[in-house]
This record gives sequence, C-alpha cells and structure tokens, in this order.
Amino acid sequence: MFQTRIHGRGGQGVVTAAEMLSIAAFLEGKHAQAFPSFGSERTGAPVVAYCRIDNKEIRLREPIMAPDSIIIQDPTLLNQVDVFQGLKADGYVLINSAKNFEQLGIADIAKKLRPDHQVCVPATEIAMKYLGRPMPNAVLLGAFAGLSGAISLASVAAAIRDKFSGKVAEGNINAATAAFEYAKQQLAALEVA
Amino acid sequence: MPNQPIKFYQTGTFTIGNRLLDENNRSVQATAARYNSLNSGHRACQGCGEALGARYAIDAAMAAADRQLIAANATGCLEVFSTPYPETSWQIPWIHSLFGNAPAVATGIAAGLRSKGRGNVRVVAQGGDGSTTDIGFGCLSGMFERNDDVLYICYDNEGYMNTGVQRSSATPPAVRTATTMPLGAEPGNVFGQGKYLPAIAMAHRIPYVATATVADLHDLEYKVKKAINIRGAKYIHIFVPCPLGWGSASNDTINLAYMVKECGLFPVFEAEHGKVTGVSKIRKPIPVEEYMKPQRRYAHLFGKNPATETIAKIQALANENIQTYGLLEQGAK
Amino acid sequence: MTLKQIEGSHGVAEAVALCRPEVICAYPISPQTHIVENLGEMVKAGELKAEYLNVESEFAAMSVAIGSSAVGARTYTATASQGLLYMAEAVYNASGLGLPIVMTIANRAIGAPINIWNDHSDSMSMRDSGWIQLFAETNQEAMDLHIQAFKLAEELSLPVMVCMDGFILTHAYERLDVPTQEQVDAFLPPFEPRQELNPAHPLSIGAMVGPEAYTEVRYLAHAKQMQALERIPEIAADFKLGFGRDAGGLIRPYRLEGAEIVIIALGSVLGTIKDVIDELHEAGQKIGVLGIISYRPFPLEAICEALKDAKKVIVLEKCFAVGIGGIVATNVRMALASTGQEVLTVVAGLGGRAITMSSLHAMLQEAVAGRLGKLTFMDLQQGVVDRVLEHERNVRRSGPIAESVLRDIGAVASKIS
Repeated sequence: MFQTRIHGRGGQGVVTAAEMLSIAAFLEGKHAQAFPSFGSERTGAPVVAYCRIDNKEIRLREPIMAPDSIIIQDPTLLNQVDVFQGLKADGYVLINSAKNFEQLGIADIAKKLRPDHQVCVPATEIAMKYLGRPMPNAVLLGAFAGLSGAISLASVAAAIRDKFSGKVAEGNINAATAAFEYAKQQLAALEVA
Repeated sequence: MPNQPIKFYQTGTFTIGNRLLDENNRSVQATAARYNSLNSGHRACQGCGEALGARYAIDAAMAAADRQLIAANATGCLEVFSTPYPETSWQIPWIHSLFGNAPAVATGIAAGLRSKGRGNVRVVAQGGDGSTTDIGFGCLSGMFERNDDVLYICYDNEGYMNTGVQRSSATPPAVRTATTMPLGAEPGNVFGQGKYLPAIAMAHRIPYVATATVADLHDLEYKVKKAINIRGAKYIHIFVPCPLGWGSASNDTINLAYMVKECGLFPVFEAEHGKVTGVSKIRKPIPVEEYMKPQRRYAHLFGKNPATETIAKIQALANENIQTYGLLEQGAK
Repeated sequence: MTLKQIEGSHGVAEAVALCRPEVICAYPISPQTHIVENLGEMVKAGELKAEYLNVESEFAAMSVAIGSSAVGARTYTATASQGLLYMAEAVYNASGLGLPIVMTIANRAIGAPINIWNDHSDSMSMRDSGWIQLFAETNQEAMDLHIQAFKLAEELSLPVMVCMDGFILTHAYERLDVPTQEQVDAFLPPFEPRQELNPAHPLSIGAMVGPEAYTEVRYLAHAKQMQALERIPEIAADFKLGFGRDAGGLIRPYRLEGAEIVIIALGSVLGTIKDVIDELHEAGQKIGVLGIISYRPFPLEAICEALKDAKKVIVLEKCFAVGIGGIVATNVRMALASTGQEVLTVVAGLGGRAITMSSLHAMLQEAVAGRLGKLTFMDLQQGVVDRVLEHERNVRRSGPIAESVLRDIGAVASKIS
C-alpha cells in the first residue's frame, strides 16, 4: 500500500488533490481511497487530505500516520504543522516552493531522506503561468508523478479531466506537465551531480 | 371585494336567508348535496365554532375542488374530536401527523401528488391557533416561502383549548386562561405587541390571504373556494368562538363571531400578493364591551369595579384595526 | 455495472436515484449534505424525475416525507446528528404511521459540545423509534443497502435508516460499482402502498388510539420488525443474485473459526479491525470479528449462534449511554443472556477520534491478557479528565466543561491525528 498525505490551506484544493490522485490510481486499475481531514475548516486554515493506493481492496480507515509520501502545497505550514510526522525513512517529499530545502530551513529533514525522493517545485508560479490562478493542487500531482512514479502523468491528466473541464482542465494539464518535467529535471540534475 | 352585495343582514348567511338568493348564489351548506366532509357524530363540544368552521370550509373546498381534496390536520381539538377511532367524521382523505407539522405534511402531499401527475387533487392543511401561530409556525412560514400549492386554514379560538385553555400567541390581551389568570397587577393575558398571522402571511407575498368568521357563511365559502382555485400557498384565518374556553353560552357562538367583526377587534378582509384587496365593512359599529361581556374570560374586567382603563386599551386596539383596514363605510360614524 | 472512483455521498446519491424516488426533501447538515446536493443536481439537470424540496428544517423534511409517502410516493431524505434529533418527533411519527420512507444517516456526534465528526450517537438515539436501522461497512455497501432499503421498507410498510459513517465514508473517494437501471428495476418493484390518501377512497390516517388498542398497535410494529429479521437475509440473498455481490444481511462474521475472542462493531471501523485481525492471525492469535449490519431489528439469535464458540466478546462501539455504558454491548449481552459469555465494552471513536490499528492492537492484547475491563474508553486522556475533576472539586465556579478540557489539551491545529 502506498500512502500519501497532502498538506495545504483551505482554498488550495487539498481535498481535490487527494481525490484526483485516487482517480489517477483508479484509472490505472488500482484500488484507491482518498479522504479529507474532516474539519469544518475555512479558507486559509491548515488542511490535510489523504490518499491510499493499493492493488487490493483498502479496508483501513485510520488517518495516514506513516505516509510513503508527503505533498506540501503551502511551505508556510512548515513552521506551523508537523507535516513530516510519521514519514517513512524512504518516503517522498514534494514541496510547493521556488526555494530549496535548505532555503526553507529544513535541511535536516532533507538529509534524512533519499536525495532522489525529495523535490521543491514552484507549483504556484507554474499555475499562474498556465492557469492564471494560484491553484497548485493539480500542478503538484504532475510533479508527484515525476518524483514518485506512483502514478503516470497520463493518469494525472485523465484525473484532471474527470474533475475539471474545458479551459481549466487544459490549463491544469499543461501546468501539471510542466511541473512533471521540472521535477524530472531536478532529479536528473542530481544524477549528473 | 368579498361577497356582500345585498344589505339585508341575513341574506345568504343563514339558511333562511338563502331564500333571498337564486340557487347559484346559495351557500354550499344550504344545498342538499353538501358534502358533510366533517360528518355529524363527532365529539366536539356544544356550540363549537371550530367544528362549524371546519365543516363550512372543507365543504366549500370540496365543492371548489370537485371532491378532489386531501387534508392534513394538526393535533388539536379538531383532530381529537373528529377521529375517535374506529369512528371518523372525515368523509375525505385525511391525515393527522403531529402538532407542529401540518403545513409540511401538506407540502409533502402536494409534492407526492405532483410526482404522480395528480396535481388536480387540491391540498388543505388545517389547525388551531396554537399549531398555527406557535408550534407549527416554522413549517407554515416555510410552506409560504416556497409557495407550496397548499391552502392552510387556521381555526382561531385564541388559545390552547384541547389541553385545557392555556394561552397561545393568539390569545388577546387581558383574557383569562389557565396560564394567564386574572390575578396581580395586570390580570389576564399581557398587552403584548401581538402576533397577527394574517399580516405575517401577507408579508410572505403569497397569492392569497383572507380572514373570515363563522358568522358570515357566504363570505367564508367564497374565500375558501377562491383559495382552492389559486395555485400556490394560500392562508385563511377563521375566527371560531370556543364556548368552553371562553366561558360563553354555546348558543352565542355565531353572535360572538358576528360581534368581533362589528366591534373591529377582528378585521375581515382578503389580500392578494401581500396587498389588501377587499374588506368586509362593519355594518353596525358596537363598542368592544358588547362583544366582551358575554364571555367569562373577560369577566374580571367588569363587575362592580370595571377595569375601564383596560377596556379602553382594548377599544383602542379595535379602533386601530378600524383605521388600518378602513372597516367603516365612508360617512358612517 | 460501471466502476467509478467517486465520493461515498455521490455513490449513495446515484444509488438512490436508481431507485426512482418520487419525492426528495433536503435540509443541509454536515456530513450528509453532499448526498442531497448530488440528488438536487440530478433533478435540476433533468436526469432524475422527482420532486425535490428544499425545506426549512429537518423537522419539516421528515414531515414532508410523511405527507408524500402517505399519498404513495417513494420518498427519500437524509440527515445527521442534530438534524436527526430536531426531526425526532416526526421520526417516531413516520414509523408509527407505517410509512416506508428511506433516510440516510451520515453518522455524526451530538452536541453539546458541538462536534461535526463521526460517531454513532445520532442513530443510536433513535434506536427505539421503530425504524429499521442498517449500518454500512463500506461505501459500496452503503449504496447497496439503499437499494435494499427501499425494497424492505415498502414490503413491510416501515421506514428504514441507512447509517453510514459521516466523513469517513460520506467524504471518502473509493472505487464503487454502480448498478444499471435495469438491474435496480428488476430488483425493486414500483411502490405499492398499503395505505394511500386518495380522494377515490377516502380514509383517515393518524387517529388517536386509546388504552384499548395502543398495545396492539405497538405490538404490530414489533411484529413487523420481527418479519424484517426474516426478510433482511432473504433480500440480501436476492440482491446477490441480481448484483453479484454480498451486501446487507443481519450480521457479517469474519474469521470466527476457532476464535476465543470476538470483537463486535458496526460500520466502517470494521475494515480497520479486519486489518488488525489479519495481522494477529499471522502472528498466531485467533481473534474473530462480527459486524452487525441490522441494528434494528437486533438479530439476537443470529448473534448468539455466531458467537457460540467465543469465550470473550468485545463490543467496540462509537457511542455510549451516559450513566451505564455500552449501548450495543447491552444488546449483545441480551443475545448471550443464557450463555454466560463475558461481554466487554470498548467505547471508541467518539466525536471523530481516529480508531487506529495501534490502539486496537493494544486493546486486544489487554483483552488476551485478561486485563481489559468491563468498560473501557479507548485512548481516553485520563490525565485531562482527572485535572478537570480536580479543578471542579477545588473551585465552585469552575466554568464550562468543554472549554476546561480544551484549555488543558491546548491547540490541536499542529497535530496530524
């Protein structure tokens, strides 16, 4: 079972991101379960959503305490929420930021993780470029496909089409594709180094 | 303008008066084919205004709906005295659910009928003033706001009579009830700002609102028939004296219902989409005392030391109604 | 059938729509709202032909349902928590009148303190209302139970509540198998009411019943629930024939063979429990699970039979009766009244507290070691409780209780679980 926890703020489409991730996995023939942290949260409040992916039926209903991957949609949460709680040693971390881990002040966390399991992607900037709106959620799923390979970019695109339509869908898909490539480049740079 | 073309007092109002009208204009009650929707044999008190009002109203509704009528009834006297099972006085499909939900049940009936393509069947909800102005008020307002295709009829006897004559929000000032005893500095019910449901109904801008009394059969039937033929939410507020609760003689029911209108305490009018379109004028103005004196619920205001100030305040309420609704004929005193 | 990755609420709305409801009443309350929103969308879009009413309260919602059901229209509504309490009078009335309304309860705690999260306090408060209560383990089962519920309700002329865990199920995206209209039509015949308000055949419904007949009328309500005890498994079997999967029934045993300890639960927590039990079996500990689907009627005999080899029964419930303890456990004890088997109560998951595998493991090891008490509140922060009690002993004007507890625990925004 592959478990992902997504952190963000109300209004950033955190819950929708988890749902789209589950749809992407479903489209690949897997079982997936997405659910929110069940708060009556208002815009701007910290929000958590979860997604489990497995090859068999998922019965477990507890929140994801030991995630295989963490997506952080808003780096300002780093000082507010213990976003890395329970992250597995070989887990993935994807952060929406134009800065790197050191600049974000979490070099210690970065050090504990595999270098090729962590990446910062300026998803908000990419979203602004392709969508004209600072919605990082679907964009990050593209980067997530690039980072983890848990799902394919094509499935992410299909999941985006499931949730959105028309211009919004196309913009998100273009942005997700750009983020996918950005993440791939970052990882490729590691190999060269 | 309500049905009031002929100025003989008894014309069309009582059975005898029908002789002065041609057959088409006679009341439903006066016809041999009247429905007796609320049939005889029920357990209402002698002289019950509500039993009379309900029979008048539902028979008129049956006539207007060509017998395609279903009624939802709130808990209360009318419900209790009409269905002492295995006997029922109702000759129409009738349901009683709860005290506070008759308007919503009627909404459900109307919706269910619509879903079945039987929109020709008309729906009436009915209850006393307790279920209407107090416990069922939320459901009633919701029914109005959605403009559901229901005629709601309130039989107002100004108190909770079924439970033993307690005060409701429709109980008038100074009235003695089991919970507003004639004791202390302000005997009887308090002088509040009132809760006048016809005006509240009008504030919802529903297609039709009317008031009526059991003293004017023709007017009552006219309004019910008119309401039945309108689609959307309708509200009719019928004044029904309660001999038991008011301490009045059972043979005074019609008389009191007549006098309440004549003294101005109960304006009889109709309104469409929030605007008054017709008023029954006072024929022979009387002071409020004349209406109040036959009722023991006002007895503490009279006697050796009459509460003249209180009576004056009640008269002022009547005067205000007369002003507001223009109840006097022009030129009348 | 079509496989879809959709939200539980969406799935339930699709299942309800496939049942061709004629009247739907909606009043918003979390976590039920998505269901009626989805249905409203279907009606607006013209995909579902039904009367859809936005009413002014839950009390009105059930009252509208009473009216529409009484004219023979298939009627649906949904609520939760405070909403169920607010409609309580009409809930009892609907069953008393024998009207086959189907209602989803998106299970949620009851205030005060106000809490929007999941537990079973709401449904349990209506356990004696005369409604049939079915609890879904998964979103698939929630869908399937709705289809069965209409059939059961209309056959018996009794209302049915389908209870599904709020948020945990209603807001979870999962793979759902959505049946075809043909399948549902073949399974669920058109509603043929036992009583109908119809001008062609006037009748009075809702008469006052005195001491001379009240007992008999109430007994008939019980007798109907006893009939439901027979029909629920049969309907589940029919459903399997038509839809090819297990859903519903009275109870659901899991790995009971050779299990000396059996844990009983209702709803979605059964999934987590089963994962724990599988791990324990791998470690050689044979603990069984018994899910209760039909809480009303309560299947006394089926439960007694299923538990015949168990030495110790643990009832894990998301509710409790203040002043006595377990609610489900009390019922289970009744099922085992003549056997003398030990029944322990574990109250867990109140107000949305996560029921984790690790807490379940720890609790079960206590049980295996014979240390689990008669009544345990899982993951209770005893220190917090003790401090509040101490404060109350020392200070007369100790202030509001919930706020004392919250002050002690501190801000929780930084916690994940």
